[in-house]
Amino acid sequence: MQYRLGGWEPPWGIVYVVDLLNALVLVVISVLAFINLITVDRSIKEEFSEKSGAFYTLYVLFVTGLMGIVVTGDLFNLYVLLEITSLSSYALIALGKDRAAISSLNYVFMGTIGACFYLLGVGYLYIMTGSLNMADVASILPKLYHSSAILVAFIFCMVGVWIKMALFPLHVWLPNAYTFAPSPVSSLLAPLMTKGMVYVMLRLMLTVFTPAYAFIELGISDAIVWLSTIAILVGAFFALTQKNLKRMFTYIIVSEIGYMVGGAWIGNQAGITGTILHIMNDATMTLCLFLAANSIAHKVGALDFENLRGLFRKMPFTMAALVAGALGMIGVPPSCGFFSKWYLISGAVQANHYGFMTALLLSSLINAILFFRVIEFGYFEPVDAHHDHNSHHHESHGSSIEESPPLMLVPLLIVAVGIFVLGTYTGDIVTHIVGPFVTKALGL
Amino acid sequence: METVTSIKPLLAVLASVLVVPLLVSSRKPNMREGWTFVAAIVKFLIVVSMLPVILDGKEITYTLAEVIPGAPIKFRVDALGMLFAIIASSLWIITSVYSIGYMRGLKEHSQTRYFCFFALALSSTIGVAFSSNLLTLYLFYEMLSLATYPLVTHHQDGEARSSGRKYLFYILGTSIGFVLPAMIIAYSTAGTLEFANQGFLAGKGTHGMMTLLLVLLVFGFAKAAIMPLHSWLPAAMVAPTPVSALLHAVAVVKVGVFSIVRVLTGVFGTDFLLSLHLSPLILFITSFTILVGSFIALSQDNLKRLLAFSTIAQLSYIVLGVGLLSPKGITGGIMHIGMHAFGKITLFFCAGAIFVATGKKNISEMIGIGRRMPVTMAAFFIGSLSIIGLPPCGGFISKWYLVLGSLEAQQMPILLVLLLSSLLNAAYFMPVVYKAFFYPPLESLSENKIKEAPLFCLIPLVVTAVISMILMFYPQPFFTLATMVVRRLTGA
Repeated sequence: MQYRLGGWEPPWGIVYVVDLLNALVLVVISVLAFINLITVDRSIKEEFSEKSGAFYTLYVLFVTGLMGIVVTGDLFNLYVLLEITSLSSYALIALGKDRAAISSLNYVFMGTIGACFYLLGVGYLYIMTGSLNMADVASILPKLYHSSAILVAFIFCMVGVWIKMALFPLHVWLPNAYTFAPSPVSSLLAPLMTKGMVYVMLRLMLTVFTPAYAFIELGISDAIVWLSTIAILVGAFFALTQKNLKRMFTYIIVSEIGYMVGGAWIGNQAGITGTILHIMNDATMTLCLFLAANSIAHKVGALDFENLRGLFRKMPFTMAALVAGALGMIGVPPSCGFFSKWYLISGAVQANHYGFMTALLLSSLINAILFFRVIEFGYFEPVDAHHDHNSHHHESHGSSIEESPPLMLVPLLIVAVGIFVLGTYTGDIVTHIVGPFVTKALGL
Repeated sequence: METVTSIKPLLAVLASVLVVPLLVSSRKPNMREGWTFVAAIVKFLIVVSMLPVILDGKEITYTLAEVIPGAPIKFRVDALGMLFAIIASSLWIITSVYSIGYMRGLKEHSQTRYFCFFALALSSTIGVAFSSNLLTLYLFYEMLSLATYPLVTHHQDGEARSSGRKYLFYILGTSIGFVLPAMIIAYSTAGTLEFANQGFLAGKGTHGMMTLLLVLLVFGFAKAAIMPLHSWLPAAMVAPTPVSALLHAVAVVKVGVFSIVRVLTGVFGTDFLLSLHLSPLILFITSFTILVGSFIALSQDNLKRLLAFSTIAQLSYIVLGVGLLSPKGITGGIMHIGMHAFGKITLFFCAGAIFVATGKKNISEMIGIGRRMPVTMAAFFIGSLSIIGLPPCGGFISKWYLVLGSLEAQQMPILLVLLLSSLLNAAYFMPVVYKAFFYPPLESLSENKIKEAPLFCLIPLVVTAVISMILMFYPQPFFTLATMVVRRLTGA
């Protein structure tokens, strides 16, 4: 499916192309952004009601930019849309309080550097191939594989995209930016921004530079998979040290990016299938977790673990949704997180990359520790010195439930259920959407 | 093998899931308990309704979702699964009666949450019983781990917190760390995870890889409490006794050994294991657990801890039986799933009844209690006879077959292990019973204060004790189902 901007034919004009991969990512972005939008009303009124106009404008700009990135078939157009998306996100984050502005500034610095790297890469490509259209460049490149300019182009593009997706060690902007962003902003950015960048990486690797170059000519796949392995472990260990729920989530994102980059660079059918599935699954699970965090913050205030005491009794639905997200992150079937992990591990096994497999398993176990720590805070009473059976009074049912308003709660529950629905339909999604795309992309 | 497609396996699993909203919304405790009963009876009836088809030699299948090619979420009811499902569902009914007596007797908190998660745990157990492939089994295995966590940590105090952590560490840690990679490697090797009559891995892969997979899968299903991954079981005794009774004598631990039996028969297959000479490995691991578990039980004063270590040893009997890879051994191992379930649950019921009536947990405080609680201690006596393996109780039959099986497999050391462990079992059970009946009661058990346990506690333990005895004379349908399994395995 194609759309020509201004009626100009490619490769001179900008063209928007939809294939199986970006169709899937488009649906993910639009649905999740919409669900998030439903929940923001109360938070805006509480946190920055005077800037609500700005918020909504930036929100829509961000989603537009991101969807454009996913749909465009032109390399420079992608840069333009990338900047639109990034600038909206910088401004959205800066709407927050205390350290939000400085975190956004850090993000501006690193994000702009990333975008510049990407632009430089595109510049090199343009010089060597004379074209900016993705399909066109892909057809010209095979003759130029041995050129060092193309090598530089690839590396610059990759590094730029890696900065924007927060791959270790280029991730340092993410924890602060997402933690200090206001609630409705973090639940928009966290699920979508980095996953959109993973899409860009996949598009560059599979469509523009083609697997023949990325995997065979370059020979750096193994190193990148090891880098991803480290990314997974670093994210997991940093998450263990956090005492704030949202900050813990942001380090989990760093880990999950490691999953996706590793899966893509393992380069076999299972690995890339896992990465694509994980774009969809991780976005959904992250949205669930951040919406739950928003709901808790709305009622309880700060998101330090201490504030979570006894929450299972006070906010059972929110905590149930949090548990659903947790199960997805840990990888318990039939959540969607399990199935993308299945494909990623399968890919690792088939490629004999047992280091990556071990990192994935360790990450699941560490996620279990992370989330059960949170669950323990919410579930166990403050530690009593003595437990006396006979002194327990019969709990009156539902007397102390103080849940968030339905506008925040219902979308959260929909996403929580969606985690399991997506998991159950994995077979169909892989057979009809992801599988054919990967088979064609790998030329099998 | 003729297969019939029917939605009944799914209904059996769902019977208790669907009752959860009803439990939560019940205004009165009696209505809530009433719904639990309805669910338990419905589940049992659905399971039993499938029995004639199985006894006829057919299997029932039902596919839920094609999630991964070659590994759908699918149910298959065969003889082995039917055996386990009957045990679990029948004992749930009895345990629900007992739960009422126990939880109300102690005025426990959060009873609705308790009954809800109990229902979910039973759903998962039936799900494991009816799993058609390793992926489905893994799914329900994990569901069971999560559903039992709130039950184990029911008291929500410091002790519950640390026991809960230990529980998750051992059980989730092994299922994610061992079973998941082994499952994926097996899938990559064979392209399927369906339990096949003589194993879907038969004839594939290298000797080293198969040994590794076997070790990963046997230790990975840590619910079977094979040493050294057994510590979670004594720790989980902090749970209320009905939880310990059903879950840790019947459902959770039996899911563990059931999964291992499936691994040995459906993933590897007995012939393949024989050709790989992997039987000695299994026998060594299980014999170690049996002997060490029984020795540790000797030194325990806390009654539930003693029963926990006894369970650890008895579970390995089941794996040992199948590990002998001989027809009679496998029959004995599978039948022990049933015999041990009824015997052990009686013992746990008695321990709980004693606690409700007297508040006592330690054996040293229970001297002479037989004079005050004769029915309870008589049931305890019968339960222990079954575990030791003496007539007139069902445990005798399974132990008899285990002995015959070790002779058949020409494993003399195993014979010694079985005899020695029976002696050890007697050594830690008989003093309890003897001191309870033949010694004068302690001052703390004075006449006016102590009487028999409440009726809701007493009836279940009498029922299970009587069934333990009946099983020796009429071990159906367990014996028929077990022989059906063996016949299919050996292709006779």
